[in-house]
Amino acid sequence: MYRDLVFNLRVAYARLWVRVKGGNREPHWIVTEITIPILTLSAYVYLYKMLNAPAEFAGFVVIGGTMIAFWSNVLWNMSAQFYWEKETGNLQMYLVAPIPRMAILLGMALGGIINTALRATAILTVGTLVFQVPIMLREPSTALLIFLLTIVALYALGMLFASLFMLYGREAWHTASLLQEPVHFLSGFYFPVRYLPFMIQLVASAIPITFGLDGIRRVIISGENIVDVLPHVGALIIFIAILMPLSKLALNFMENLSKREGRLTLRWQ
Amino acid sequence: MQHCIETKDLVRTFKGPSKSTVKALDKVSVSIDEGEIFGLLGPNGAGKTTFIKILSTLLLPTSGEAYVNGFNVVKESHKVRKIINLVSGGETPGYGILTVRENLWFFSQLYGLSPSNAKEKIKKLMAELDFDEYTNVRMNKLSSGYRQRLNLARGLINDPKILFLDEPTLGLDVLTAKNLRNYLVNWAKLERKGTVLLTTHYMAEADEMCDRVAIIDQGKILACDSPQRLKENLTKNPAAKLEVSSIQANFDFLKTIQGIIGFTQTPNIQTGVTTLKVIARDESAFSKIIAKINQENLKVLTINKTEPTLEDVYISLVGRGFEEAEAPANV
Repeated sequence: MYRDLVFNLRVAYARLWVRVKGGNREPHWIVTEITIPILTLSAYVYLYKMLNAPAEFAGFVVIGGTMIAFWSNVLWNMSAQFYWEKETGNLQMYLVAPIPRMAILLGMALGGIINTALRATAILTVGTLVFQVPIMLREPSTALLIFLLTIVALYALGMLFASLFMLYGREAWHTASLLQEPVHFLSGFYFPVRYLPFMIQLVASAIPITFGLDGIRRVIISGENIVDVLPHVGALIIFIAILMPLSKLALNFMENLSKREGRLTLRWQ
Repeated sequence: MQHCIETKDLVRTFKGPSKSTVKALDKVSVSIDEGEIFGLLGPNGAGKTTFIKILSTLLLPTSGEAYVNGFNVVKESHKVRKIINLVSGGETPGYGILTVRENLWFFSQLYGLSPSNAKEKIKKLMAELDFDEYTNVRMNKLSSGYRQRLNLARGLINDPKILFLDEPTLGLDVLTAKNLRNYLVNWAKLERKGTVLLTTHYMAEADEMCDRVAIIDQGKILACDSPQRLKENLTKNPAAKLEVSSIQANFDFLKTIQGIIGFTQTPNIQTGVTTLKVIARDESAFSKIIAKINQENLKVLTINKTEPTLEDVYISLVGRGFEEAEAPANV
Protein backbone atom coordinates (compact mmCIF):
# COMPACT_ATOMS: atom_id res chain seq x y z
CA MET A 1 0.00 0.00 0.00
CA TYR A 2 2.72 2.45 1.06
CA ARG A 3 4.97 1.31 -1.80
CA ASP A 4 2.12 1.78 -4.28
CA LEU A 5 1.52 5.28 -2.98
CA VAL A 6 5.20 6.18 -3.30
CA PHE A 7 5.28 4.73 -6.81
CA ASN A 8 2.17 6.69 -7.84
CA LEU A 9 3.63 9.90 -6.46
CA ARG A 10 6.93 9.24 -8.19
CA VAL A 11 5.14 8.78 -11.55
CA ALA A 12 3.03 11.90 -10.99
CA TYR A 13 6.12 13.90 -10.05
CA ALA A 14 8.01 12.68 -13.13
CA ARG A 15 5.20 13.77 -15.43
CA LEU A 16 4.88 17.08 -13.56
CA TRP A 17 8.63 17.62 -13.92
CA VAL A 18 8.50 16.98 -17.68
CA ARG A 19 5.73 19.53 -18.06
CA VAL A 20 7.37 22.22 -15.96
CA LYS A 21 10.80 21.67 -17.49
CA GLY A 22 9.48 21.47 -21.04
CA GLY A 23 7.13 24.39 -20.59
CA ASN A 24 9.76 26.80 -19.34
CA ARG A 25 12.92 25.74 -21.13
CA GLU A 26 12.41 28.20 -23.96
CA PRO A 27 11.51 31.71 -22.75
CA HIS A 28 9.38 32.66 -25.76
CA TRP A 29 6.32 31.75 -23.67
CA ILE A 30 6.69 35.16 -22.03
CA VAL A 31 5.67 36.75 -25.33
CA THR A 32 3.00 34.32 -26.38
CA GLU A 33 1.41 33.58 -23.04
CA ILE A 34 1.66 36.92 -21.25
CA THR A 35 1.91 39.71 -23.80
CA ILE A 36 -0.87 38.45 -26.04
CA PRO A 37 -3.42 37.85 -23.24
CA ILE A 38 -2.62 41.32 -21.87
CA LEU A 39 -3.31 42.83 -25.29
CA THR A 40 -6.65 41.01 -25.41
CA LEU A 41 -7.75 42.14 -21.99
CA SER A 42 -6.51 45.69 -22.73
CA ALA A 43 -9.01 45.83 -25.57
CA TYR A 44 -11.86 44.96 -23.20
CA VAL A 45 -10.69 47.39 -20.50
CA TYR A 46 -10.53 50.29 -22.97
CA LEU A 47 -13.92 49.32 -24.37
CA TYR A 48 -15.43 49.53 -20.87
CA LYS A 49 -13.64 52.82 -20.24
CA MET A 50 -15.01 54.21 -23.50
CA LEU A 51 -18.52 53.17 -22.41
CA ASN A 52 -17.97 54.81 -18.99
CA ALA A 53 -18.55 51.50 -17.22
CA PRO A 54 -17.76 51.40 -13.46
CA ALA A 55 -14.04 51.02 -12.64
CA GLU A 56 -14.65 47.55 -11.18
CA PHE A 57 -15.23 46.26 -14.72
CA ALA A 58 -11.49 46.56 -15.36
CA GLY A 59 -11.05 44.23 -12.40
CA PHE A 60 -13.55 41.75 -13.85
CA VAL A 61 -11.59 41.73 -17.10
CA VAL A 62 -8.17 41.28 -15.45
CA ILE A 63 -9.41 38.38 -13.30
CA GLY A 64 -11.21 36.85 -16.29
CA GLY A 65 -8.05 37.18 -18.39
CA THR A 66 -6.06 35.51 -15.63
CA MET A 67 -8.45 32.59 -15.34
CA ILE A 68 -8.57 32.14 -19.12
CA ALA A 69 -4.94 31.00 -18.86
CA PHE A 70 -6.12 28.07 -16.72
CA TRP A 71 -9.07 27.23 -18.97
CA SER A 72 -6.83 27.26 -22.08
CA ASN A 73 -4.33 25.08 -20.28
CA VAL A 74 -7.05 22.61 -19.28
CA LEU A 75 -8.49 22.51 -22.76
CA TRP A 76 -5.36 22.29 -24.88
CA ASN A 77 -2.61 21.00 -22.63
CA MET A 78 -4.62 18.73 -20.39
CA SER A 79 -7.53 17.42 -22.43
CA ALA A 80 -5.56 17.26 -25.65
CA GLN A 81 -2.43 15.84 -24.04
CA PHE A 82 -3.24 12.17 -24.60
CA TYR A 83 -3.97 13.02 -28.21
CA TRP A 84 -0.49 14.48 -28.56
CA GLU A 85 1.03 11.63 -26.61
CA LYS A 86 -0.64 9.22 -29.00
CA GLU A 87 0.74 11.03 -32.05
CA THR A 88 4.30 11.02 -30.68
CA GLY A 89 4.22 7.39 -29.53
CA ASN A 90 4.36 8.26 -25.83
CA LEU A 91 0.86 7.05 -25.03
CA GLN A 92 1.86 3.54 -26.08
CA MET A 93 4.78 3.71 -23.65
CA TYR A 94 2.53 4.87 -20.81
CA LEU A 95 0.14 2.03 -21.47
CA VAL A 96 2.84 -0.62 -21.63
CA ALA A 97 4.30 0.58 -18.32
CA PRO A 98 2.86 -0.74 -15.02
CA ILE A 99 1.57 2.65 -13.96
CA PRO A 100 -1.83 3.89 -12.91
CA ARG A 101 -3.08 6.17 -15.68
CA MET A 102 -4.50 8.57 -13.11
CA ALA A 103 -0.97 9.20 -11.79
CA ILE A 104 0.06 10.40 -15.24
CA LEU A 105 -3.02 12.61 -15.45
CA LEU A 106 -2.34 13.96 -11.98
CA GLY A 107 1.23 14.82 -12.93
CA MET A 108 0.05 16.51 -16.10
CA ALA A 109 -2.53 18.48 -14.14
CA LEU A 110 -0.13 19.58 -11.41
CA GLY A 111 2.53 20.52 -13.94
CA GLY A 112 -0.07 22.47 -15.89
CA ILE A 113 -1.20 24.26 -12.74
CA ILE A 114 2.37 25.28 -11.88
CA ASN A 115 3.13 26.46 -15.42
CA THR A 116 -0.13 28.33 -15.74
CA ALA A 117 0.16 29.84 -12.27
CA LEU A 118 3.42 31.48 -13.39
CA ARG A 119 1.71 32.91 -16.45
CA ALA A 120 -1.49 33.82 -14.61
CA THR A 121 0.42 35.61 -11.85
CA ALA A 122 2.27 37.66 -14.46
CA ILE A 123 -1.00 38.57 -16.24
CA LEU A 124 -2.69 39.45 -12.93
CA THR A 125 0.21 41.59 -11.71
CA VAL A 126 0.73 43.49 -14.95
CA GLY A 127 -3.04 43.88 -15.54
CA THR A 128 -3.70 45.13 -12.00
CA LEU A 129 -0.84 47.64 -12.07
CA VAL A 130 -1.41 48.93 -15.59
CA PHE A 131 -5.18 49.35 -15.28
CA GLN A 132 -5.19 50.28 -11.60
CA VAL A 133 -7.85 47.75 -10.74
CA PRO A 134 -9.81 48.68 -7.59
CA ILE A 135 -9.34 45.82 -5.13
CA MET A 136 -11.55 45.34 -2.04
CA LEU A 137 -10.16 42.04 -0.81
CA ARG A 138 -11.24 41.46 2.80
CA GLU A 139 -10.83 37.69 3.05
CA PRO A 140 -7.75 36.45 1.13
CA SER A 141 -8.30 32.93 2.50
CA THR A 142 -11.78 32.84 0.94
CA ALA A 143 -10.35 34.01 -2.40
CA LEU A 144 -7.68 31.32 -2.17
CA LEU A 145 -10.25 28.65 -1.25
CA ILE A 146 -12.45 29.46 -4.24
CA PHE A 147 -9.43 29.64 -6.52
CA LEU A 148 -8.18 26.22 -5.39
CA LEU A 149 -11.63 24.63 -5.67
CA THR A 150 -12.00 26.10 -9.15
CA ILE A 151 -8.64 24.77 -10.23
CA VAL A 152 -9.35 21.27 -8.89
CA ALA A 153 -12.78 21.22 -10.57
CA LEU A 154 -11.34 22.53 -13.85
CA TYR A 155 -8.53 20.02 -13.99
CA ALA A 156 -10.93 17.21 -13.07
CA LEU A 157 -12.91 18.29 -16.13
CA GLY A 158 -9.64 18.22 -18.08
CA MET A 159 -8.99 14.65 -16.92
CA LEU A 160 -12.44 13.68 -18.14
CA PHE A 161 -11.83 15.30 -21.52
CA ALA A 162 -8.42 13.60 -21.77
CA SER A 163 -10.13 10.20 -22.03
CA LEU A 164 -12.35 11.46 -24.83
CA PHE A 165 -9.37 12.83 -26.71
CA MET A 166 -7.53 9.54 -26.25
CA LEU A 167 -10.21 7.65 -28.15
CA TYR A 168 -11.62 10.16 -30.57
CA GLY A 169 -8.41 11.90 -31.60
CA ARG A 170 -9.06 14.58 -34.16
CA GLU A 171 -12.81 14.58 -33.60
CA ALA A 172 -12.25 15.59 -29.99
CA TRP A 173 -9.72 18.13 -31.20
CA HIS A 174 -12.54 19.87 -33.05
CA THR A 175 -14.74 19.54 -29.97
CA ALA A 176 -12.10 21.45 -27.98
CA SER A 177 -12.05 24.21 -30.57
CA LEU A 178 -15.81 24.24 -30.37
CA LEU A 179 -15.67 24.57 -26.59
CA GLN A 180 -13.18 27.39 -26.44
CA GLU A 181 -15.09 30.53 -27.44
CA PRO A 182 -18.56 29.47 -26.17
CA VAL A 183 -17.05 28.81 -22.74
CA HIS A 184 -15.30 32.19 -22.83
CA PHE A 185 -18.71 33.73 -23.45
CA LEU A 186 -20.87 31.61 -21.15
CA SER A 187 -18.51 31.73 -18.18
CA GLY A 188 -18.25 35.49 -18.44
CA PHE A 189 -14.50 35.78 -18.74
CA TYR A 190 -14.72 39.47 -19.68
CA PHE A 191 -17.97 40.45 -17.99
CA PRO A 192 -20.05 39.41 -14.97
CA VAL A 193 -22.26 36.48 -15.91
CA ARG A 194 -25.20 37.95 -13.93
CA TYR A 195 -25.84 40.33 -16.85
CA LEU A 196 -26.68 37.39 -19.10
CA PRO A 197 -30.32 36.21 -19.60
CA PHE A 198 -31.49 33.64 -17.05
CA MET A 199 -31.57 30.72 -19.50
CA ILE A 200 -28.00 31.37 -20.57
CA GLN A 201 -26.96 31.66 -16.94
CA LEU A 202 -28.55 28.24 -16.40
CA VAL A 203 -26.49 26.73 -19.21
CA ALA A 204 -23.39 28.51 -17.92
CA SER A 205 -23.89 26.96 -14.48
CA ALA A 206 -22.92 23.58 -15.95
CA ILE A 207 -19.35 24.86 -16.30
CA PRO A 208 -17.28 24.92 -13.09
CA ILE A 209 -15.32 28.01 -14.04
CA THR A 210 -18.51 30.10 -14.13
CA PHE A 211 -18.89 29.66 -10.36
CA GLY A 212 -15.18 30.03 -9.71
CA LEU A 213 -14.84 33.21 -11.71
CA ASP A 214 -17.91 34.84 -10.21
CA GLY A 215 -16.88 33.83 -6.69
CA ILE A 216 -13.33 35.15 -7.02
CA ARG A 217 -14.56 38.44 -8.47
CA ARG A 218 -17.07 38.90 -5.67
CA VAL A 219 -14.40 38.34 -3.03
CA ILE A 220 -11.57 40.33 -4.65
CA ILE A 221 -13.41 43.16 -6.43
CA SER A 222 -16.71 43.51 -4.54
CA GLY A 223 -15.29 42.72 -1.08
CA GLU A 224 -17.79 39.93 -0.29
CA ASN A 225 -17.07 37.31 2.41
CA ILE A 226 -17.30 33.52 2.77
CA VAL A 227 -20.99 33.61 3.69
CA ASP A 228 -21.82 35.53 0.49
CA VAL A 229 -20.02 33.03 -1.69
CA LEU A 230 -21.10 29.83 0.09
CA PRO A 231 -23.26 28.76 -2.89
CA HIS A 232 -20.19 29.08 -5.11
CA VAL A 233 -18.12 26.96 -2.72
CA GLY A 234 -20.89 24.35 -2.53
CA ALA A 235 -21.28 24.22 -6.33
CA LEU A 236 -17.55 23.79 -6.85
CA ILE A 237 -17.37 20.99 -4.27
CA ILE A 238 -20.23 19.21 -6.04
CA PHE A 239 -18.41 19.58 -9.37
CA ILE A 240 -15.28 18.04 -7.88
CA ALA A 241 -17.21 15.21 -6.24
CA ILE A 242 -18.80 14.33 -9.59
CA LEU A 243 -15.95 15.01 -12.00
CA MET A 244 -13.10 13.26 -10.16
CA PRO A 245 -14.61 9.75 -9.99
CA LEU A 246 -16.21 10.26 -13.38
CA SER A 247 -12.84 11.02 -14.96
CA LYS A 248 -11.38 7.79 -13.52
CA LEU A 249 -14.35 5.76 -14.76
CA ALA A 250 -14.17 7.42 -18.18
CA LEU A 251 -10.45 6.75 -18.46
CA ASN A 252 -10.89 3.03 -17.68
CA PHE A 253 -13.88 2.76 -19.98
CA MET A 254 -12.20 4.55 -22.86
CA GLU A 255 -8.99 2.56 -22.48
CA ASN A 256 -10.88 -0.73 -22.63
CA LEU A 257 -13.07 0.42 -25.49
CA SER A 258 -10.13 1.60 -27.54
CA LYS A 259 -8.23 -1.63 -26.86
CA ARG A 260 -11.26 -3.54 -28.07
CA GLU A 261 -11.66 -1.40 -31.16
CA GLY A 262 -7.93 -1.20 -31.83
CA ARG A 263 -7.87 2.59 -31.72
CA LEU A 264 -5.57 3.09 -28.77
CA THR A 265 -2.45 3.58 -30.80
CA LEU A 266 -4.05 4.26 -34.15
CA ARG A 267 -2.79 7.57 -35.47
CA TRP A 268 -3.91 10.22 -37.91
CA GLN A 269 -7.54 9.30 -37.44
CA MET B 1 6.98 -26.92 -18.83
CA GLN B 2 5.65 -23.41 -18.68
CA HIS B 3 6.46 -21.28 -21.71
CA CYS B 4 7.51 -17.69 -21.38
CA ILE B 5 5.04 -16.62 -24.05
CA GLU B 6 2.16 -18.77 -25.16
CA THR B 7 -0.81 -18.09 -27.40
CA LYS B 8 -3.69 -20.42 -28.12
CA ASP B 9 -5.87 -19.92 -31.19
CA LEU B 10 -5.41 -16.18 -31.01
CA VAL B 11 -7.76 -14.30 -33.29
CA ARG B 12 -7.99 -10.56 -33.87
CA THR B 13 -10.33 -8.97 -36.35
CA PHE B 14 -10.78 -5.34 -37.32
CA LYS B 15 -13.53 -3.49 -39.04
CA GLY B 16 -12.61 -3.16 -42.69
CA PRO B 17 -13.97 -0.89 -45.37
CA SER B 18 -17.77 -0.88 -45.90
CA LYS B 19 -18.60 -3.01 -42.85
CA SER B 20 -16.32 -5.87 -43.87
CA THR B 21 -14.13 -7.66 -41.34
CA VAL B 22 -10.39 -8.01 -41.71
CA LYS B 23 -8.76 -10.92 -39.92
CA ALA B 24 -5.37 -9.68 -38.73
CA LEU B 25 -4.64 -12.83 -36.73
CA ASP B 26 -6.17 -16.17 -37.54
CA LYS B 27 -5.91 -18.82 -34.79
CA VAL B 28 -2.28 -18.13 -33.97
CA SER B 29 -0.80 -20.64 -31.53
CA VAL B 30 2.81 -20.07 -30.57
CA SER B 31 4.99 -21.10 -27.63
CA ILE B 32 8.20 -19.27 -26.82
CA ASP B 33 10.65 -20.53 -24.21
CA GLU B 34 12.52 -18.48 -21.68
CA GLY B 35 15.76 -16.99 -23.00
CA GLU B 36 14.76 -17.50 -26.59
CA ILE B 37 15.02 -14.88 -29.33
CA PHE B 38 11.94 -15.58 -31.34
CA GLY B 39 11.28 -13.89 -34.67
CA LEU B 40 8.00 -13.26 -36.39
CA LEU B 41 8.76 -12.80 -40.04
CA GLY B 42 6.26 -11.59 -42.58
CA PRO B 43 5.42 -8.81 -45.00
CA ASN B 44 3.74 -5.56 -43.94
CA GLY B 45 0.13 -6.22 -42.99
CA ALA B 46 0.79 -9.88 -42.12
CA GLY B 47 -0.33 -9.42 -38.49
CA LYS B 48 3.04 -9.10 -36.75
CA THR B 49 2.35 -5.77 -35.01
CA THR B 50 -1.14 -6.89 -34.02
CA PHE B 51 0.39 -9.95 -32.36
CA ILE B 52 2.93 -7.90 -30.44
CA LYS B 53 0.31 -5.34 -29.39
CA ILE B 54 -1.88 -8.05 -27.91
CA LEU B 55 1.03 -9.53 -25.97
CA SER B 56 2.10 -6.11 -24.72
CA THR B 57 -1.48 -5.42 -23.49
CA LEU B 58 -2.15 -2.61 -25.98
CA LEU B 59 -4.85 -4.50 -27.81
CA LEU B 60 -7.47 -7.05 -26.80
CA PRO B 61 -7.78 -10.28 -28.76
CA THR B 62 -11.10 -11.02 -30.43
CA SER B 63 -10.83 -14.63 -29.24
CA GLY B 64 -8.24 -17.10 -28.04
CA GLU B 65 -5.79 -16.80 -25.19
CA ALA B 66 -2.38 -15.27 -24.68
CA TYR B 67 -0.04 -15.67 -21.73
CA VAL B 68 3.15 -13.81 -20.90
CA ASN B 69 5.23 -15.43 -18.18
CA GLY B 70 2.12 -17.37 -17.26
CA PHE B 71 -0.03 -14.24 -16.86
CA ASN B 72 -3.14 -13.84 -18.97
CA VAL B 73 -2.64 -10.67 -21.03
CA VAL B 74 -6.31 -9.69 -20.70
CA LYS B 75 -7.07 -10.57 -17.08
CA GLU B 76 -3.63 -9.95 -15.56
CA SER B 77 -2.37 -7.14 -17.75
CA HIS B 78 -0.92 -5.24 -14.79
CA LYS B 79 1.34 -8.19 -13.89
CA VAL B 80 2.39 -8.52 -17.52
CA ARG B 81 3.39 -4.84 -17.74
CA LYS B 82 5.78 -5.18 -14.81
CA ILE B 83 8.03 -7.61 -16.68
CA ILE B 84 7.90 -6.40 -20.27
CA ASN B 85 8.96 -3.50 -22.43
CA LEU B 86 8.34 -2.62 -26.04
CA VAL B 87 10.56 -0.99 -28.62
CA SER B 88 9.05 -0.06 -31.96
CA GLY B 89 11.21 0.92 -34.88
CA GLY B 90 10.51 4.28 -36.45
CA GLU B 91 9.00 5.50 -33.19
CA THR B 92 10.65 8.13 -31.03
CA PRO B 93 8.82 8.20 -27.73
CA GLY B 94 9.93 10.98 -25.44
CA TYR B 95 9.88 14.74 -25.42
CA GLY B 96 11.89 16.61 -28.02
CA ILE B 97 12.57 19.57 -25.77
CA LEU B 98 14.16 17.36 -23.10
CA THR B 99 17.69 15.99 -23.26
CA VAL B 100 18.50 12.33 -23.71
CA ARG B 101 19.25 11.89 -20.01
CA GLU B 102 16.08 13.73 -18.95
CA ASN B 103 13.96 11.55 -21.22
CA LEU B 104 15.53 8.38 -19.88
CA TRP B 105 15.10 9.57 -16.33
CA PHE B 106 11.41 10.21 -17.01
CA PHE B 107 10.87 6.73 -18.42
CA SER B 108 12.82 5.17 -15.53
CA GLN B 109 10.27 6.69 -13.18
CA LEU B 110 7.46 4.85 -14.94
CA TYR B 111 9.09 1.66 -13.66
CA GLY B 112 9.74 2.92 -10.16
CA LEU B 113 13.54 3.10 -10.31
CA SER B 114 15.09 4.93 -7.38
CA PRO B 115 17.07 8.10 -8.25
CA SER B 116 20.47 6.41 -7.75
CA ASN B 117 19.39 3.28 -9.59
CA ALA B 118 18.04 5.33 -12.48
CA LYS B 119 21.20 7.41 -12.72
CA GLU B 120 23.41 4.33 -12.78
CA LYS B 121 21.22 2.51 -15.27
CA ILE B 122 21.07 5.49 -17.65
CA LYS B 123 24.83 5.90 -17.56
CA LYS B 124 25.38 2.20 -18.23
CA LEU B 125 22.92 1.99 -21.10
CA MET B 126 24.24 5.11 -22.79
CA ALA B 127 27.78 3.80 -22.59
CA GLU B 128 26.82 0.36 -23.87
CA LEU B 129 24.83 1.77 -26.74
CA ASP B 130 27.70 4.11 -27.49
CA PHE B 131 25.95 7.46 -27.34
CA ASP B 132 27.07 8.78 -23.96
CA GLU B 133 28.42 11.95 -25.58
CA TYR B 134 24.79 12.84 -26.37
CA THR B 135 23.69 12.81 -22.71
CA ASN B 136 22.82 16.49 -22.63
CA VAL B 137 21.61 16.84 -26.21
CA ARG B 138 17.92 17.50 -26.72
CA MET B 139 16.04 14.64 -28.30
CA ASN B 140 14.83 16.80 -31.19
CA LYS B 141 18.45 17.37 -32.20
CA LEU B 142 19.27 13.66 -32.57
CA SER B 143 19.59 11.83 -35.88
CA SER B 144 17.26 8.89 -36.47
CA GLY B 145 20.02 6.40 -35.58
CA TYR B 146 20.62 8.03 -32.20
CA ARG B 147 16.91 8.37 -31.57
CA GLN B 148 16.60 4.65 -32.06
CA ARG B 149 19.42 4.09 -29.58
CA LEU B 150 17.51 6.26 -27.13
CA ASN B 151 14.38 4.27 -27.87
CA LEU B 152 16.23 1.03 -27.22
CA ALA B 153 17.77 2.39 -24.01
CA ARG B 154 14.24 3.31 -22.91
CA GLY B 155 13.08 -0.22 -23.67
CA LEU B 156 15.83 -1.69 -21.52
CA ILE B 157 15.57 0.79 -18.65
CA ASN B 158 13.47 -1.57 -16.52
CA ASP B 159 15.62 -4.59 -17.33
CA PRO B 160 12.62 -6.41 -18.79
CA LYS B 161 12.24 -10.14 -18.51
CA ILE B 162 10.56 -10.13 -21.91
CA LEU B 163 11.39 -7.57 -24.58
CA PHE B 164 9.11 -6.97 -27.55
CA LEU B 165 10.85 -5.54 -30.56
CA ASP B 166 8.62 -4.37 -33.38
CA GLU B 167 10.74 -3.77 -36.47
CA PRO B 168 13.57 -2.37 -34.31
CA THR B 169 15.91 -1.47 -37.17
CA LEU B 170 13.31 0.09 -39.45
CA GLY B 171 14.77 2.98 -41.43
CA LEU B 172 18.28 2.66 -39.97
CA ASP B 173 21.46 2.56 -42.01
CA VAL B 174 23.18 -0.81 -42.39
CA LEU B 175 25.92 -0.21 -39.84
CA THR B 176 23.66 1.21 -37.12
CA ALA B 177 21.20 -1.64 -37.67
CA LYS B 178 23.99 -4.21 -37.39
CA ASN B 179 25.33 -2.64 -34.19
CA LEU B 180 21.86 -2.63 -32.62
CA ARG B 181 21.31 -6.24 -33.61
CA ASN B 182 24.62 -7.29 -32.09
CA TYR B 183 23.85 -5.40 -28.91
CA LEU B 184 20.43 -7.00 -28.59
CA VAL B 185 21.70 -10.52 -29.12
CA ASN B 186 24.40 -9.88 -26.57
CA TRP B 187 21.88 -8.46 -24.13
CA ALA B 188 19.50 -11.38 -24.51
CA LYS B 189 22.04 -14.18 -24.53
CA LEU B 190 24.82 -13.03 -22.23
CA GLU B 191 23.76 -10.18 -20.03
CA ARG B 192 20.08 -10.36 -19.18
CA LYS B 193 19.26 -13.80 -20.52
CA GLY B 194 15.89 -12.33 -21.33
CA THR B 195 13.32 -13.48 -23.83
CA VAL B 196 12.94 -11.46 -27.01
CA LEU B 197 10.04 -11.46 -29.42
CA LEU B 198 11.09 -9.72 -32.58
CA THR B 199 8.93 -8.83 -35.55
CA THR B 200 10.66 -7.97 -38.77
CA HIS B 201 10.31 -8.07 -42.47
CA TYR B 202 14.07 -8.13 -42.94
CA MET B 203 15.04 -11.72 -43.70
CA ALA B 204 18.69 -11.23 -42.71
CA GLU B 205 17.67 -9.77 -39.37
CA ALA B 206 15.56 -12.80 -38.49
CA ASP B 207 18.26 -15.15 -39.77
CA GLU B 208 21.03 -13.43 -37.82
CA MET B 209 19.28 -12.88 -34.52
CA CYS B 210 16.66 -15.53 -33.92
CA ASP B 211 16.78 -18.95 -32.33
CA ARG B 212 13.45 -19.70 -33.94
CA VAL B 213 11.40 -17.96 -36.57
CA ALA B 214 7.70 -18.14 -37.31
CA ILE B 215 6.67 -17.12 -40.80
CA ILE B 216 3.37 -15.30 -40.79
CA ASP B 217 1.22 -14.35 -43.71
CA GLN B 218 -2.31 -12.95 -43.71
CA GLY B 219 -2.61 -13.60 -39.99
CA LYS B 220 -1.62 -17.27 -40.13
CA ILE B 221 1.57 -18.94 -38.98
CA LEU B 222 2.82 -20.92 -41.95
CA ALA B 223 5.98 -22.42 -40.48
CA CYS B 224 7.91 -22.24 -37.24
CA ASP B 225 11.39 -23.57 -36.61
CA SER B 226 15.02 -22.50 -36.32
CA PRO B 227 16.23 -20.52 -39.36
CA GLN B 228 18.68 -23.32 -40.10
CA ARG B 229 16.05 -26.04 -40.07
CA LEU B 230 13.60 -23.96 -42.10
CA LYS B 231 16.27 -23.57 -44.74
CA GLU B 232 17.36 -27.20 -44.52
CA ASN B 233 13.82 -28.32 -45.21
CA LEU B 234 14.08 -26.41 -48.42
CA THR B 235 17.26 -27.99 -49.71
CA LYS B 236 15.28 -30.57 -51.62
CA ASN B 237 13.76 -27.66 -53.51
CA PRO B 238 16.53 -25.96 -55.48
CA ALA B 239 16.62 -22.17 -55.76
CA ALA B 240 18.18 -20.13 -58.54
CA LYS B 241 18.70 -16.48 -59.33
CA LEU B 242 18.28 -15.40 -62.94
CA GLU B 243 19.03 -12.04 -64.49
CA VAL B 244 16.83 -11.21 -67.45
CA SER B 245 17.34 -8.28 -69.82
CA SER B 246 14.03 -6.51 -69.32
CA ILE B 247 12.36 -4.49 -66.63
CA GLN B 248 8.97 -4.24 -68.28
CA ALA B 249 8.19 -7.86 -68.97
CA ASN B 250 5.41 -9.59 -67.10
CA PHE B 251 6.82 -12.85 -65.82
CA ASP B 252 3.47 -14.38 -64.93
CA PHE B 253 4.04 -16.84 -67.77
CA LEU B 254 6.43 -18.66 -65.40
CA LYS B 255 3.44 -19.80 -63.39
CA THR B 256 2.42 -22.08 -66.26
CA ILE B 257 5.64 -24.07 -65.97
CA GLN B 258 5.23 -27.26 -64.03
CA GLY B 259 7.66 -27.76 -61.17
CA ILE B 260 7.90 -24.12 -60.09
CA ILE B 261 6.91 -23.55 -56.47
CA GLY B 262 7.20 -19.78 -56.49
CA PHE B 263 9.23 -16.85 -57.67
CA THR B 264 9.93 -13.17 -57.08
CA GLN B 265 10.96 -10.51 -59.54
CA THR B 266 13.00 -7.42 -58.77
CA PRO B 267 13.45 -4.99 -61.63
CA ASN B 268 16.41 -2.61 -61.54
CA ILE B 269 15.66 0.56 -63.49
CA GLN B 270 19.30 1.64 -63.54
CA THR B 271 20.67 -1.53 -65.11
CA GLY B 272 17.56 -2.46 -67.08
CA VAL B 273 17.76 -5.95 -65.64
CA THR B 274 15.15 -7.93 -63.71
CA THR B 275 16.36 -10.41 -61.13
CA LEU B 276 14.18 -13.49 -60.77
CA LYS B 277 14.42 -15.67 -57.74
CA VAL B 278 12.85 -19.05 -58.47
CA ILE B 279 12.18 -22.01 -56.20
CA ALA B 280 11.53 -25.24 -58.05
CA ARG B 281 10.62 -28.81 -57.19
CA ASP B 282 13.67 -30.10 -59.01
CA GLU B 283 16.47 -28.77 -61.16
CA SER B 284 14.89 -29.86 -64.42
CA ALA B 285 12.48 -26.92 -64.05
CA PHE B 286 15.29 -24.43 -64.71
CA SER B 287 15.88 -25.56 -68.29
CA LYS B 288 12.15 -25.16 -68.90
CA ILE B 289 12.33 -21.65 -67.45
CA ILE B 290 15.20 -20.63 -69.72
CA ALA B 291 13.39 -22.04 -72.75
CA LYS B 292 10.19 -20.23 -71.83
CA ILE B 293 12.00 -16.92 -71.29
CA ASN B 294 13.71 -17.24 -74.67
CA GLN B 295 10.33 -18.04 -76.20
CA GLU B 296 9.08 -14.70 -74.87
CA ASN B 297 11.93 -12.96 -76.74
CA LEU B 298 13.75 -12.14 -73.50
CA LYS B 299 17.36 -12.87 -72.77
CA VAL B 300 18.69 -14.70 -69.71
CA LEU B 301 21.93 -12.92 -68.82
CA THR B 302 23.03 -15.06 -65.88
CA ILE B 303 21.74 -18.01 -63.88
CA ASN B 304 23.12 -19.00 -60.49
CA LYS B 305 22.08 -21.68 -58.09
CA THR B 306 21.68 -20.14 -54.62
CA GLU B 307 21.79 -21.39 -51.07
CA PRO B 308 18.32 -21.31 -49.53
CA THR B 309 17.47 -18.21 -47.51
CA LEU B 310 14.48 -17.39 -45.32
CA GLU B 311 13.08 -15.48 -48.26
CA ASP B 312 13.14 -18.72 -50.23
CA VAL B 313 11.31 -20.42 -47.38
CA TYR B 314 8.65 -17.70 -47.56
CA ILE B 315 8.40 -18.00 -51.34
CA SER B 316 8.07 -21.76 -51.11
CA LEU B 317 5.28 -21.38 -48.55
CA VAL B 318 3.17 -18.69 -50.22
CA GLY B 319 4.38 -18.77 -53.82
CA ARG B 320 5.40 -15.10 -53.87
CA GLY B 321 7.86 -12.70 -52.27
CA PHE B 322 7.33 -10.05 -49.59
CA GLU B 323 6.92 -7.16 -52.01
CA GLU B 324 4.03 -8.83 -53.79
CA ALA B 325 2.48 -9.95 -50.51
CA GLU B 326 2.44 -6.61 -48.75
CA ALA B 327 -1.02 -5.48 -47.87
CA PRO B 328 -2.07 -2.20 -46.20
CA ALA B 329 -1.40 -2.40 -42.46
CA ASN B 330 -4.42 -2.58 -40.22
CA VAL B 331 -2.92 -1.31 -37.02
